[in-house]
Amino acid sequence: MAVAETKNLTTLQVKRFKPSENPTNTYLTDEKGIWAWMTTVDHKKIGLMYLGAVAFFFALAGFLALALRTELWTPAKTFIEADTYNELFTLHGAMMVFFVLVPSIPAALGNFVLPMQLGAKDVAFPRLNLASFYIYVFGAIFTFISLANNGFDTGWTFYTPYSSDANSAGVIWVTLGVFILGFSSILTGTNFITTIHKLRAPGITWGRLPLNIWALYATSIIQVLATPVLAITILLLSMENIMDIGIFDPALGGDPVLYQHFFWFYSHPAVYIMIVPGFGIISEVITTFSKKHIFGYWAIALSSLAIAFIGFLVWGHHMFTSGQSSVATTVFSFLTFLVGIPTGIKILNWVATLYKGSIDMKTPMLYVFIFLFLFTIGGFTGITLGALSVDIHLHDTYYVVAHFHYVMMGGTLMALLAGLHYWWPKMTGKMYNETLGRVSAVLIFIGFNTTFLPQFVMGAQGMPRRYYNYIDQFTIFHQTSTIGSYILGVAFLIILYNLVKSLMSGEKAPANPWNSRGLEWQATSPPDFHNFDHTPVIIHGPYDYHKPMEEFQLGLAVSHNGHGDHHEVTTEETEKA
Amino acid sequence: MGRLFDFMLPDNKSPLTADSTDGLFHFITEVSFILLVGITIALIYFAIKYKRRSEDDETPLITHNNTLEITWSVIPLLITLVIFGWGYSGWLNLRSVPDDAYEIHVNAFKWNWGFNYANGAQTLNELHVPKGRPVKLVMQSRDVLHSFFVPDFRIKHDVLPNRYTYVWFQAEESGEAQIFCTEYCGTSHSDMLAKVIIHEPDEFETWLEVNGGGVQGSPVEQGEQLVSLQGCKTCHSLDGSSLIGPSFKGLFGKQETLSDGSTVTVDENYIRESILNPGAKVVQGYDNVMTPYEGRVSDDEISNIIEYLKTLE
Repeated sequence: MAVAETKNLTTLQVKRFKPSENPTNTYLTDEKGIWAWMTTVDHKKIGLMYLGAVAFFFALAGFLALALRTELWTPAKTFIEADTYNELFTLHGAMMVFFVLVPSIPAALGNFVLPMQLGAKDVAFPRLNLASFYIYVFGAIFTFISLANNGFDTGWTFYTPYSSDANSAGVIWVTLGVFILGFSSILTGTNFITTIHKLRAPGITWGRLPLNIWALYATSIIQVLATPVLAITILLLSMENIMDIGIFDPALGGDPVLYQHFFWFYSHPAVYIMIVPGFGIISEVITTFSKKHIFGYWAIALSSLAIAFIGFLVWGHHMFTSGQSSVATTVFSFLTFLVGIPTGIKILNWVATLYKGSIDMKTPMLYVFIFLFLFTIGGFTGITLGALSVDIHLHDTYYVVAHFHYVMMGGTLMALLAGLHYWWPKMTGKMYNETLGRVSAVLIFIGFNTTFLPQFVMGAQGMPRRYYNYIDQFTIFHQTSTIGSYILGVAFLIILYNLVKSLMSGEKAPANPWNSRGLEWQATSPPDFHNFDHTPVIIHGPYDYHKPMEEFQLGLAVSHNGHGDHHEVTTEETEKA
Repeated sequence: MGRLFDFMLPDNKSPLTADSTDGLFHFITEVSFILLVGITIALIYFAIKYKRRSEDDETPLITHNNTLEITWSVIPLLITLVIFGWGYSGWLNLRSVPDDAYEIHVNAFKWNWGFNYANGAQTLNELHVPKGRPVKLVMQSRDVLHSFFVPDFRIKHDVLPNRYTYVWFQAEESGEAQIFCTEYCGTSHSDMLAKVIIHEPDEFETWLEVNGGGVQGSPVEQGEQLVSLQGCKTCHSLDGSSLIGPSFKGLFGKQETLSDGSTVTVDENYIRESILNPGAKVVQGYDNVMTPYEGRVSDDEISNIIEYLKTLE
C-alpha cells in the first residue's frame, strides 16, 4: 500500500494521469537514424532489434524446416543428399534453440515490456543491455563462419565422440558461437534480476508483481545459473577438438556419457528458459481478454520458481538409454514427474480464470487457447516420456520430436505470437487487421496439428529421429506431416503480411486498446522515451479487473520524464487507506 | 485387446519385455486423452458461455480456492506416482536378464551391425535368434555412439565405444523384426538398419551349425567373406559406382589423386594403410569418415582382403 496510516509512514498524495491518445513525442520519434538505433540504450529499441533478429533467424530456420519436410516426402533422396540433410536439421535445431527460442520472449518482448510493467524508465543496466544484443549478433556471426568452414552435421546436441571428429572445423566455430551467445543470455538475466529487485515503482510489492515479471524473474535465475555450465562444456569440447585433451572422446581416454551429463545440465533448464517466459505472457493475455482477476496468483507465481529449481534436477531424463547408472536413472525419472506437477497446476489455474469471465476472442486470446490445447498435449506426452519403461521404447523416435515441438512451438511460440499481437499496438502504435489475425491463428492451429500429430503415431510405431531415409510403412505419416508444414509456412506469411501492413497503413492504436489493467498500458502507444511522464504509483494488483480504470492511472506528479524529486502534490484523486 | 490407442504401437513380438511397456503406454495415453478432452470442453464451454457481451461487462472477483487447488495438485501427483512406479518396475524387468539367456555379441560401427555367435558364426546386419528363448545382446561400438532399437520388442540401448552395454528379449513369433540405429552417427545413420531373423529352435540350431565355421577357404574366398562381414560394401561398391568411398572395382593398381593434390598408386601398402588408418591419405572428392580398423583385423585378414581386391578388375 502506497497509502498507509501506520506510525512511520506519511500519506502519499497522487494525481490521476490518463495516458494521452495522441502522443507527440514517443520513443520512435525521439532518436532517429540508423546510428541512433545502433547506439541506443533504450530498452524498447533494443527489444525491437532483438525482435527483428529473432524474426530473421526464425524465418531462416523455418525455411530449413520446410526443406527438411520436403526431403522427407519420399524415402531416400527427394532432392538433397544425406549429408546436406544432416547439416540442415542440425542448423534448424541449433538456430531455433540458441537464436530464436532462448532470446525470443525474454530478450525481445521481455526487454520491451519488463521495465514498463515495473513503472521504470529502463532496465537497471541499459548499456549492458545493448552489449548483450551485440554479443548475440557476434555469436550468430560465428555460426555463419562455421557454415563457410565445412558446416556442421552433429545435431544441435553436439554429442561426442561424433563431434570430436578431426575434420569438423565447423563444429569448433559454431560451438564458440554458442559460447559467446551464452554471455548475452547471462547478461540479460542479470539485468532483469537487478531491475526487478531495484526499479519497481512505488507500490509494486512482490504480491503486485505482474505474473509476466515473476516468469521473467524465474527465467533469469535459470539463465544466470545454468548458462555458465554450457559455456564450460563447450570450452572443454573445443579444448578436446583443438588440443586433443581427452575429456569426452574415448579414443583419447575420455567419457562420452560425461559430455551428455554436462550438456543436459544446461540444456534441460534451457527448456524452461524457453517456456517459462511464455507462461508469463499467457497470464497477462488471459486476464486482459477475460476481464478477470487471475485465478491462483501465488500458485502461478511460485510454480514458476518451483519449475526453475526442480528443472535443474531432471537433466538425466534425456539419458535413460545412454548407459548412465541405474540409480541415477530412477531418481531422474522420479524428479521428472515432480516438475510436471507445477506445470499442470498452471494450466488448470488459467482455465479456472476463464470461469465467469467476459471473454473476448481477439487474436492474442485465440493464441492463448491454442497454447492451452497444444501445450497440454506437450505436457501429457512429457509424462509418457518420463515413465522409464515407456521412454526406452520412445527415446530418440519421432514421438520425442513431436513432443518437443508441441512444447516449444505449441507452447513457447504460441505464447510469443499471443504476446506479439497483444503488445504490438503498444510497441508500434498501430493496430493490425483483426480478421486476418484470427485467420492466421486458425491456420497455424490446423497446420501445426497436421504436421506434428502424425509424428506421435509414427514415433510410437518406431520411426527414429534424424533419419534421412525411412522404411516404406512411414511414408503416409511423413507426407501428411509435410503438407502440414506447408500450411504452417503459409500461415506465418499471413502473420508477417498482417503485421508489416499494419506498420504502413494500420489504424492508429489507442493507449489501451484492450482495456487492460496492466501498468504498461498506462503509457501512450507508442510510449514516451522514458515510458511514463510521471512516476506511476500502484495501489492495486495488475489483475484487479473489478476496480475502475481511473484507479490504475495514478502517479506522482514530477517534472517531465520523471526527473527531479520535487513532488507536485495535489488533492484531487487523493487515495486514502 | 481393442484399446483406443492400439494403432500407435507396432506388433508385440517379445511379450516378456513389451507387455509392461504397452500397458503403461496405454494407461498414460488414455488418462491423458480423457483429461485433454475435459480441458478442451471446459475451454470451449467457457468461451461460449462467458463470451463478452459488452465492454462494460463486470466480472466477479475470484482470486483463489485452496480446496480446489490442493485437489488438482494432489490427484495428478498420485497419478504420476503410480506411473513412476509402473515405469520403474517395467524398466527393472528390461534390465534384469534371465539366467538362461543365449548370449550374442554385437559390434556397431558406421553404418553396420555385426553379430558374433558363441560357436564362431558371424553375421552382418542379420541377427539370427531362436524363438521362445531369452537372448542377451552384449554390445559395443567401434567408433561413435550408436543405439540399438527393436520397436517390436520395445527395447533400446545406446552402444558405446570402450564400454559394454546390454539388452535382452525373448521373441515369441518366428519371422522378422526391424532393427534401427537411433543415435545419430553421420551420413548413413538412417541406413544403419538390420533385421532380427527369428527361427524355430531346431531351425536355429541347424543355422548355427551351417554358419559356425567362421571365415573359410582360399585367401581370395576368405577376403571376399571378410569384405562382407566387415561392412566394407556399405561404402565401397563392387560395380564401379561411387558411394561414400571409392569403388573396389578396378581399384588395385589404379592411380588415385589425394585430397592434397598428390597422387598415389593403389598397391598393397596403400590398401593396408587405408584399412588401418583411413584418414592418412584420403582420395580426392571423398570425406574422411571411415572407421579405422586398427586392432580390428589381423595381418592375415588384411592380406586376404588385398588378394580379393586384386580379383575385382
